[in-house]
Amino acid sequence: MKISVTVNGEKRESEIEPRTLLVQYIRENLALTGTNVGCDTSSCGACSMHLNGEAVKSCTVLAVQADGCDLTTIEGVAKGGKMHPMQEAFMQNHGLQCGSCTPGMVMAAISLLKENPNPTEEQVRLGLEGNLCRCTGYHNIVQSVLACAKGGN
Amino acid sequence: MGGSILGNRVIRKEDPKFLTTGGVYVDDLLDEPLLAGAAHVTYVRSTVAHGRITGIDVSDALSAPGVIAVYTAADLELQAMPATFNPGAKRTLLSSDKVRFVGEPVAAVITETREQGEDAAEMVIIDYDVLPVLVDMEEAMTSSTLIFEECGSNVVFDSTALGMPDNTGEAFFEGCEVVVKGRFINQRVAPCPLEVRGSAVAWVDGRLYQWLSTQHAQGAKDGIKAALGLDDAQLRVITPDVGGGFGAKIGVYPEESLLGMMSKKLGRPLCWRETRSESMLGMGHGRAQIQYVTIGGTREGKVLAYQMHVLQDCGAWVDMGTILAPFMTRPMSSAVYAFPKVECRTTSIVTNTTPTTAYRGAGRPEATAAAERAMDMFALEIGKDPVDVRRMNLIPKFLDKHTTVIGQTYDVGDYETALDKVLDAADYKSLRAEQAKRRASGDVKQLGIGVSVYVEITGGVPPMGETAKIEVQENGRAVVYTGTSPHGQGHATAWSMIASDQTGIPMDMIDLVWGDTDLVPVGGGTMGSRSLQQGGAAVNLASIELVDQAKKLAARQLEANEADIELDRDRGVFHVSGTPAIAKTWADLATAAKGDGGLSQESRFTAEGASFPFGAHVAVVEVDTETGKVRHLRHVALDDAGRVLNPLLLEGQIHGGLAQGTAQALLEEVRYDSDGNPITSNLADYAFISAAELPSFEVVHMETPTYLNPLGAKGIGESGTIGSTPAVQSAVVDAVSHLGVKHIDMPTTSERVWAAIMSAKS
Repeated sequence: MKISVTVNGEKRESEIEPRTLLVQYIRENLALTGTNVGCDTSSCGACSMHLNGEAVKSCTVLAVQADGCDLTTIEGVAKGGKMHPMQEAFMQNHGLQCGSCTPGMVMAAISLLKENPNPTEEQVRLGLEGNLCRCTGYHNIVQSVLACAKGGN
Repeated sequence: MGGSILGNRVIRKEDPKFLTTGGVYVDDLLDEPLLAGAAHVTYVRSTVAHGRITGIDVSDALSAPGVIAVYTAADLELQAMPATFNPGAKRTLLSSDKVRFVGEPVAAVITETREQGEDAAEMVIIDYDVLPVLVDMEEAMTSSTLIFEECGSNVVFDSTALGMPDNTGEAFFEGCEVVVKGRFINQRVAPCPLEVRGSAVAWVDGRLYQWLSTQHAQGAKDGIKAALGLDDAQLRVITPDVGGGFGAKIGVYPEESLLGMMSKKLGRPLCWRETRSESMLGMGHGRAQIQYVTIGGTREGKVLAYQMHVLQDCGAWVDMGTILAPFMTRPMSSAVYAFPKVECRTTSIVTNTTPTTAYRGAGRPEATAAAERAMDMFALEIGKDPVDVRRMNLIPKFLDKHTTVIGQTYDVGDYETALDKVLDAADYKSLRAEQAKRRASGDVKQLGIGVSVYVEITGGVPPMGETAKIEVQENGRAVVYTGTSPHGQGHATAWSMIASDQTGIPMDMIDLVWGDTDLVPVGGGTMGSRSLQQGGAAVNLASIELVDQAKKLAARQLEANEADIELDRDRGVFHVSGTPAIAKTWADLATAAKGDGGLSQESRFTAEGASFPFGAHVAVVEVDTETGKVRHLRHVALDDAGRVLNPLLLEGQIHGGLAQGTAQALLEEVRYDSDGNPITSNLADYAFISAAELPSFEVVHMETPTYLNPLGAKGIGESGTIGSTPAVQSAVVDAVSHLGVKHIDMPTTSERVWAAIMSAKS
């Protein structure tokens, strides 16, 4: 099937198998490997990206469902060589270690603040429940998101 | 001159890449020219836990779309290889005669795409004669069904066979006024690094290049060489970014060793990456002990004797999990206590489950959990505050070697100060007052307070040393080669700090190389919390020797005595004392040294022994006595890792450990049904802890440096895990102890807590 999507501001057209997951399409067809795959049950959120501005687990979306949509992956978050405030907050607050959950975590966190610009710690924790991390114990991830919300790093 | 950078909160230089384009993990090597045209490997795994293979039919799979080849043990002429720790246990890398756990690889399907592999793997038909299944260790100990017939028993390793004394039984507790017994389950858990296992291979001019998600490339190289019969020059292992390991990526797995063999046969590069559901079956599991513990002492609270028999579940192979009990749990059975008598026997048993391996803490969390649970039960029995009972029994402060009754020598320890500090930070008295209030009012939500004091072994895996090389290029950049292998720990930042501190070369001018056996042939990898105290110490030593070499060069260049040459670390230049204006830069000296072997030093640091970090934790939970639901409210952790290089990295390690330790106490458990079918084999069924189940952590600092390395550093990678599990478990029991509950096995799920309350009531 043919699909046409905008990925990180760039128009892309591809011929794909109907069963292709969005995450496979992004990683394998478009070679954007910043987005990771951490499970096969939609549990871990490592593959989170933005579909029309909202975070989705791209392993639960078929690529054909994204036809005509606007997609942003981790590679499209920094603009003009400058990191997004959320990326900057993760760096300043040591919100990442091995980096495997990080792209999905950042995408989910950006989406979380868009929905709720001033969350409490508990709201951040609940909001990120679907994104698993094995390294950080979440402490510094939560700190990163709260710092970003406050506008500082 | 500015102060040292060491000890500062330096943010990580590796972060921008991970945050903007993502790491380059083994599955991301699309641009690697040597892997162009790589085919995909999918393993066909056993669906029965114990059975004889009577037939493998690959004909349907061979005709499936995209299938290039299907290999069985016979096709690859695999020979049975003995296990290191018990040569009676033998297996082929793909099962040939029998299968011993669900998930064991039986055949390999090679396809053009990964998806075709998944489809074709389902078309391989394996016939089995099903054998009786042993999931339970204690059943396996006495069963006439043998998992490895040649071992003659399912007990494959016992501390008494190593010459360690057996336990003496009841007589050991003569003279004790109070004796308390417990049977504690330290349950099987899954390490679950976010990146699963993966590898890719290509043969290049008769040499095998293997990209591997590993914690230890040099060790992996030895393993793969042995499996494939290669000599040292024929193999290069390369470590891309690694998405976590936690011990489960130390060794080499059959799925990884087989790749080079199949690639050679096919004449094509191959890549393999398991799914999470495969990973839950194939990647080693951790813990998996049953502990029979007896503790005896006086009514006042003085412990007189402590005895433990550890049953260690090896799973269906005699792998690293087998030896953790005798070599990591047993030596730590004295814990932080001056118990006058300690005995510990360990028995390792094979079962029809996933083989066990090292998992964050690897044997020490189990020792700590047993001792701390025993102390709590003892305190409960004599009706004293568990903190008071601990205090009565702690080993007094020591700043030089202390050897415990079980025979382990610790470096430094100040357990009582650690306990005092953490109790202060948690405001223990107020917590007990709040608990008393809730108990008195019969509140549905009861407060539980758990305290642990622990000590553990770090950097204890021989040869207890590490190699580092540092070289300066003509452009003034330095390259550090390390035998350690970061996979989240931040070595690029930490090792740059050390090298920069010694040389004055700015951190952003220092690059780190690791995990490539051509570039770093000798290395011990990253495991057992060894990296900073050995690998960092080696970088420190190499940097010092590099400065010496540079001073000699500068003396020649500046026509001065070497003794008069000074390194201005702020500017990163060398000059004669008193004449700073005429100076040589690192780039100048590297250029001058070009024809003379270069400006480069390789050094090896060897530690005299392991270090023994310690700490104390307080966990506070709230238990809903009507539903058994536990909420983890607070966690106050003091983890003394000696002198701190970078508090940011230190805290990150502690936090991660706390989450994993708490996960074991509250939620996570790998389970099988009685037929050996895994029932937690994906992340929907396995209770991987999330942000919503954890509080923010309160970290209390304390630094008792070790004398074992010039940095004064002890390990921190595992401490958080070790202290947290018993504190959280204890808090849960404490919340309902007034209702008559004495013990709840981990994980303390709502169901278990509720059942414990119900059974105490009846």
